[in-house]
Amino acid sequence: MIEQKIEELKKKIDELAKGIKTSKSLGELKMAFLGKQGEISELMKGMRDMPKEKRPEVGKIINALRDWANERFDELDKAVKKAELEQLYKTEKIDVTLPGRRQSTGAYHPNTLVIGELVDIFSGMGFEVFEGPEIENDYYNFTALNTPKDHPARDMQDTFYITDELLLRTQTSAGQIRVMENKKPPIKILSPGKVYRSDDDATHSPMFGQMEGLVVDKGITLCDLKGMLDEFAAKMFGDGVKTRLRPSYFPFTEPSVEVDVSCFECGGKGCRLCKGTGWIEVLGAGMVNRRVLEGCGIDPDVYTGFAFGMGIERIAMLKYGINNMKLLFEGDVRFLKQFKA
Amino acid sequence: MKIPLSWLKDYVDIDVSAEELQKKLFGCGFEVEELIEVGKDISGVVVGEVKECEAIEGTHLHVCKVDCGRHGELQICCGADNVAVGIKAPVALIGATVYATAKDHVTVEGVMTIKKGKLRGVESYGMLCSGVELGVNGDMFEGADYNGLLLLPASCVNGEDVKPVLGLDDYIFDIGVTANRPDCQSVLGIAREVAAVLGKPLKAPACNYRPAHSQKGVKVTDLAPDLCPRYIAHYVKDIKIAPSPMWMKRRLALCGLRSINNVVDITNFVLLEMGQPMHAFDLDALSGREIVVRRAKEGEKIVTLDEKEFDLTPENLVICDGDKPAALAGIMGGLNSGIGDGTKELLFEAAKFARDSVRKTSRALGQHSDSSAMFEKGVNEYTVAMAMDRALHLIEELGCGTVTDIRCDVVTPYSHDGAKTMTVSAGKINSLLGITVPAEAMADILTRLNFGVKTEGDKIELSVPPYREDIDGWPDIAEEIIRMYGYEHIEGTFMPSAKVTNGGFNDEQKAELALKRTLADQGLYEISTYSFYSEKDLDMLHIPADAPERKFIKIKNPIGEDLSVMRTTLAPSMLNTMVRNLRRGNMEGRLFEIAKVYIPRELPLKDFPDEQKRLCIGYFGNCDFFDIKGAVEAVADSLNAKFEYVPATRPYLHPGVCAEIVCDGQVLGCVGRLDPAISDELALERKAFIAEIDCKKLMACARPFRYRPLPKFAAVTRDLALVCDAGVTCGQIEKAIFAACKYVTDVNLFDIYAGAQVGAGKVSMAFTVTFTPADEAITPEKCDGYVKKILSSLSHNLGVTLR
Repeated sequence: MIEQKIEELKKKIDELAKGIKTSKSLGELKMAFLGKQGEISELMKGMRDMPKEKRPEVGKIINALRDWANERFDELDKAVKKAELEQLYKTEKIDVTLPGRRQSTGAYHPNTLVIGELVDIFSGMGFEVFEGPEIENDYYNFTALNTPKDHPARDMQDTFYITDELLLRTQTSAGQIRVMENKKPPIKILSPGKVYRSDDDATHSPMFGQMEGLVVDKGITLCDLKGMLDEFAAKMFGDGVKTRLRPSYFPFTEPSVEVDVSCFECGGKGCRLCKGTGWIEVLGAGMVNRRVLEGCGIDPDVYTGFAFGMGIERIAMLKYGINNMKLLFEGDVRFLKQFKA
Repeated sequence: MKIPLSWLKDYVDIDVSAEELQKKLFGCGFEVEELIEVGKDISGVVVGEVKECEAIEGTHLHVCKVDCGRHGELQICCGADNVAVGIKAPVALIGATVYATAKDHVTVEGVMTIKKGKLRGVESYGMLCSGVELGVNGDMFEGADYNGLLLLPASCVNGEDVKPVLGLDDYIFDIGVTANRPDCQSVLGIAREVAAVLGKPLKAPACNYRPAHSQKGVKVTDLAPDLCPRYIAHYVKDIKIAPSPMWMKRRLALCGLRSINNVVDITNFVLLEMGQPMHAFDLDALSGREIVVRRAKEGEKIVTLDEKEFDLTPENLVICDGDKPAALAGIMGGLNSGIGDGTKELLFEAAKFARDSVRKTSRALGQHSDSSAMFEKGVNEYTVAMAMDRALHLIEELGCGTVTDIRCDVVTPYSHDGAKTMTVSAGKINSLLGITVPAEAMADILTRLNFGVKTEGDKIELSVPPYREDIDGWPDIAEEIIRMYGYEHIEGTFMPSAKVTNGGFNDEQKAELALKRTLADQGLYEISTYSFYSEKDLDMLHIPADAPERKFIKIKNPIGEDLSVMRTTLAPSMLNTMVRNLRRGNMEGRLFEIAKVYIPRELPLKDFPDEQKRLCIGYFGNCDFFDIKGAVEAVADSLNAKFEYVPATRPYLHPGVCAEIVCDGQVLGCVGRLDPAISDELALERKAFIAEIDCKKLMACARPFRYRPLPKFAAVTRDLALVCDAGVTCGQIEKAIFAACKYVTDVNLFDIYAGAQVGAGKVSMAFTVTFTPADEAITPEKCDGYVKKILSSLSHNLGVTLR
């Protein structure tokens, strides 16, 4: 009797399960059989009307049915969930090429990027950053840098004067002296900042950025300058970029050199960037003039040093391929937006 | 400066190509900025001899048979009037390049290639050329100015390339000379370097002459020895003014100078050759046959050779005769004593004038010349006497006068003639260079550079060439050695002897970078503008006459009025940048700049001014006050600081949309909307907002971040919709809420409304208030108590009620 009833129930469950497509209807179906008022539960309740000795056997059979049903519903559940997920994957498919949503970010000025990169390179070599005043006096900007009044080198730079004594610094080298007056060797400083010269044309701006570097210690040589510049060139412009020294003149260094780097665009074969020479002029440098050291109270027979100076805009223009210096000072947002870093 | 290769070859036996010489000069410190081939556009032109020449009837043309040597006999049509049998002239063969001329046969209109032609039915296999067509004028080659064929000497070989004949195979080196080497501002100076770098002897130019005795003397008095340390005058008589010989004209022409006459050309020639400016006075015009070198008297006048009149001051050095100025020293001679065709006797001048004196006078009067340019670069005293001798030699060589034995050589206490000596240590030089240059190599290099050298172990005793006024100590010698030895010998080392140092930014610089990062993260772009602007920029911002911004530092020699004032505020630069963007169609932008303003302690400026760093923020386009304020709030957050915003006014900001930014009672700066009146004046189509903040005060607000233990119990929030009078500010309410209950940790406005539903003159503001408990949980009952307290405080103090 009971066996027959159980077979019927199994059949009924299998029959009804065929129409199940969703977790919800599956849940209802499960309830209909296994819930408190479900058919299987009712079957269990029906045992109260049975003779006592029959109950254990019937109970076993009903429990087996319950286990069978649970297993069956679990299987169904897996199948339905899988089907539902497949459907979800289809309905939630998006166009991944639509634009992303984000907090709009701004950008540093290219000069800030270059200064950051330079400081990063040189601070690893032990250089501290020092900033001097932009309105300088004649002494720090010229005289202490071995460029007394009437020196021919003063004609190299057109100076903006405020009074006979005070002027807009023409070079960050002015900061060298301030450091050397207050600090004894070992000295390794970097001095980035704005400088001013009375020049205004396609390749000159009356205000531009410069970065000065200075090392003073025992036994510093021209080879040390070259070694440091090689390191700088490789880090700033890429591995394999070499430096070349050639004679030049600055009043505050002796010997003085102009420093070229091998063209990082063409690898030295010659291209438009390097004007076919394979080399690009990037900075001026030299061994610190003895008179400059003496003037700062540093014994030039004990200490030697080197200094170098480069134009920030020049480096920025080379690095980012900017062809017009004026762009750097115009603040055109279409330009600025290109330097999000 | 321009140096012809052919001229250099007079002094050095140059056996390398022009390109190779260019490389060698570059290596030793003389950059050839341009290597110009004189006849670079001319090719395929040979010597031809006209063998037959027949007129083509009815035309001005002739058909010629021209013997072009190995190129054969060519039939060429020619329209020149001086074509004739027996002449030799340049023949441009088919495929040759020459200059094309206009109808006048004089104006050059580019370069052309010769093709087989047919004139009036007669075939022509080339072209007989004029001087213009080959780029040669009368100063370059005798007779080349003739508007017809350029006639070549009979000695020319038919069929040979014409370029060497005309000197078109020559090169000109345009050399950049550094400021420390004025001795190289001349052909001879460069020749010395070329000789040294090639290891060849220098053939010095001839300076000898045979003076004739003269009874008549001249007198020279130097009353300004500080400005004129050396003055040599030499008397030359029996002057015959005539054209210069071809070789001299050609040299001057290659350097860009026109030939005038033999005497003037000699002075120019010596200037180019030796770098010593010379002057020739017509002695008859010098009253008292006398030269007085002195400072001009106030108001004294001179008319220079170019017929300009100048009023002089004692700042100006003049060369006078017995009673009046006859030349502006080192700049230009006077019209009254210039050389002319009638000159019979002359006085040559070679002198050293202080470079600063020449420069100052030249700039003050706006009068410049090749001579003044040279003096400004620096003329060494050694050359003064040599140049005089050279000029006198040329007088004899050119036969343009009789050199007398009358010379006045004024040597003053300021004079420095003669050789310097010094002793240097080879070891010390090597210790600076970081490589070992053998002492013999050093001695060899210095000998080639004309130093007197005596080596003794490590010591090198030197006598410095008298023209090397730049040599001053042993590092200069080190430079001489390495530039000749070659910088390619310098091998990189990495400061093996240096002490370790700790690098990087200092705290202030780090803080500035962090500030820039914060602003960039908020979507702002950094700009950089000039540190100077115009006073008009302050007018643009309606800055009143007595405002502190008007106490600015002025540049004495600005580029123009636009860039003449050191800025005292960044706002005008920011506004100008925003205006520029709008005018270019960039209708939206968020910008910032961190830069200095320059605040004088007193005016006129006596001491260093206060250079204050400022942060300026500019917003324009589709935005409002709270967008720019948001950027300022982000800055506050990054500093762990709290700013208050107090209604305020600024001359250039909207009086209703302007706040002072306050922290710990300090005003850091202001933020607000550009005054619509200014917007109107600038015709701006978009709103603009500006904030300007003092960086030093700003950085002082920074508080270090410190961990606070997390509350043990969850925070509770309540939303309060309040109604208040329109005058009550959000800030006041927030402050009052904080003050009323110590458990309040956050107050956030989430809605604001004004309108019919709250009544006229009223505003509704809704806040989320966060209560964070200390040591026991906040029950709803407790929270109700706090809210009650807050409401009663709001009602009592601000008349605020619950909506």
